[in-house]
Amino acid sequence: MIRAMLGEAWMAMGANRLRTLLTMLGMVIGVSAVILMLAIGQGAQQRVQESIASMGSNLFIVLSGSVTSGGLRMGGGAAASLTLADAQAIEELPSIAAVAPSAPGTAQLVYGASNWSTQVIGTTPGYLTVRDWRLESGSAFADSDLRSATRVALLGKTVVRNLFGEGDDPVGKTIRIRNSPYVVLGVLASKGQSLDGRDQDDTVIVPVTTAQRKLFGTRVAGSVRMIMVQAESAEAMPSVEKAMTDLMRQRHRIREGADDDFTIRNLTAAADAAEETAKVMSLMLGAIASVSLLVGGIGIMNIMLVSVTERTREIGIRMAIGARGRDILLQFLLEAIIISVIGCLIGVLLGVGGALAVNRLSGTAVVVTPSSIVMAFAVAAAVGIFFGWYPARKAASMKPIDALRYQ
Amino acid sequence: MAHGGDAVIRIENLYKEYVTDAGPVPVLHGISVTVHAGEFVAVMGPSGSGKSTLMNIVGCLDTATSGSYFLNGRDVGHLDRDELAHLRNQVIGFVFQGFNLLPRASIADNVALPLIYRGTAGGERAERAKDMLVKVGLGERLNNRPNQISGGQQQRVAIARALVTDPRLILADEPTGNLDTHTSQEIMTLFSELNGRDGITIVLVTHEPDIAQYAQRLVRLTDGNIVYDGPVAEALPHHLERTT
Ligand SMILES: Nc1ncnc2c1ncn2[C@@H]1O[C@H](COP(=O)(O)OP(=O)(O)OP(=O)(O)O)[C@@H](O)[C@H]1O
Ligand SMILES: [Mg+2]
Repeated sequence: MIRAMLGEAWMAMGANRLRTLLTMLGMVIGVSAVILMLAIGQGAQQRVQESIASMGSNLFIVLSGSVTSGGLRMGGGAAASLTLADAQAIEELPSIAAVAPSAPGTAQLVYGASNWSTQVIGTTPGYLTVRDWRLESGSAFADSDLRSATRVALLGKTVVRNLFGEGDDPVGKTIRIRNSPYVVLGVLASKGQSLDGRDQDDTVIVPVTTAQRKLFGTRVAGSVRMIMVQAESAEAMPSVEKAMTDLMRQRHRIREGADDDFTIRNLTAAADAAEETAKVMSLMLGAIASVSLLVGGIGIMNIMLVSVTERTREIGIRMAIGARGRDILLQFLLEAIIISVIGCLIGVLLGVGGALAVNRLSGTAVVVTPSSIVMAFAVAAAVGIFFGWYPARKAASMKPIDALRYQ
Repeated sequence: MAHGGDAVIRIENLYKEYVTDAGPVPVLHGISVTVHAGEFVAVMGPSGSGKSTLMNIVGCLDTATSGSYFLNGRDVGHLDRDELAHLRNQVIGFVFQGFNLLPRASIADNVALPLIYRGTAGGERAERAKDMLVKVGLGERLNNRPNQISGGQQQRVAIARALVTDPRLILADEPTGNLDTHTSQEIMTLFSELNGRDGITIVLVTHEPDIAQYAQRLVRLTDGNIVYDGPVAEALPHHLERTT
């Protein structure tokens, strides 16, 4: 029965090929748009997740200056309130995995005939732990380097590429930073882009003491721009935040009721927010593309209505020889579903092909998930049934004699 | 009447009026008629007298305004759409003046169509459609489209389609109306065989006395009333004399 019906539907579609194809086209465009948009959204989401993973986990950043309720930083940089001693004190607190004070600045680098301007971060070996950053070759500097502020450096991949070119091993070489010689101890593994799109590999790391005393200098002795703190676990984060606040207020001698002169930022929470944003964007892209799917569905309904009117006599003949309402309903419904499902199939192929093309051409990460394909099929079948139902119902409820007499 | 069979069609006091924009148009004015199994009945009457209206009601394509209609003893007036479709499929074979074949389907598919709606399997459908086409003399043209064969052949296909479900009742509304005299006679010979050899009850509308001659009984309608119901032989010699 169903087999015979499928054959009949196929025949009816074949009888008006151009029209069938055009109707299908609406579906094809809708489905491929949905697949492509979801893929782009998914790609963006994945990129955010990768950046977050590269940032390190369970992170706090302690900054100088306070945040008002309006979110404006007050007195930022006015007083260099954080010091190396603060960082050492935080390290003594319970549930702390690692602490890394950071004194960044920009400097000109020279090696041989090449020169390169980049960010130089003065910090401690704890920085690599906090950022979950491995060394590709060489080794990190030791505590003795910190104590005596030696001129040693770790280079990011981008810096290596620009100063040394390919194939030259920088470990053990001496480069000049602001005209002073520094020995390269190690090369950092590649980390890629950060959440805000910066190249994280375009970095040089030196001991924080070296940065303070020999490279950038400080207004207040031992001051740092910020302190990165890694808690031992996600569960420990609230207690660590509380303990740090108490400790810093005590060390900075802030009276009861007075504002903090520092800010503690929970980076993990910020990352969650960024991920949430990417998710919403992905959903919105999908929703916008769904509109075209809807338009495709309306196209199917329109054509089916025309088809029912055109074939009124045929419906009458079928009824006269014994077709029940539900047989006619099924016939027209099948036609609508076949059109939408085949349209969907072509749309999926086009959408996936388009996603691959975007991947290849722009290098933007585009991710087609199986679930988006399954969803596209489900939606297409639903659209076929939903928009095919009314015309099919109309055909099925005709009176046999009226349909037969229709001119 | 001296017919031994059971009442296939029993119509009592049947009224039919069409509802139009200009108001109700009465067409059948209380008709009562009974047709027994094995009869061959011709229905005649002037154009507009209500012959097609009556046939459509008997064929379960339309419903009466009032009165009752029993098909094989079942009161058709109380059946729902699906049950009526079932009767059209299983009990009645309808043959139209305009053939009413599906233009896009092959002849074989046209004949097999009623079997789809009774759930017959594909192989058996094709088999029976072929047998029927052979029976009406079209065994060679199975894969032709209706527009590739003559009018007489198309009507044979339509008859094959009406016969494929083995109905005991054939209703034909001017089946030879679009055909020339020679072809008409071939079609009527076919009907006579179906009636005489297979015992199928036939009710056939026609304008032509020559065609009505093939039947045994004549029902004459005028303005929605039956004005004659009796043997063809008694009614038509008179008619023939007048036309010749
Ligand atoms: N659907 C309809 N709506 C309104 N009036 C109708 C309809 N069908 C038929 N009639 C009217 O009913 C009357 C009988 O029509 P019917 O078709 O039964 O006549 P007929 O005897 O078959 O005529 P013919 O010999 O020309 O086929 C006619 O006056 C016709 O105008
Ligand atoms: Mg008529």
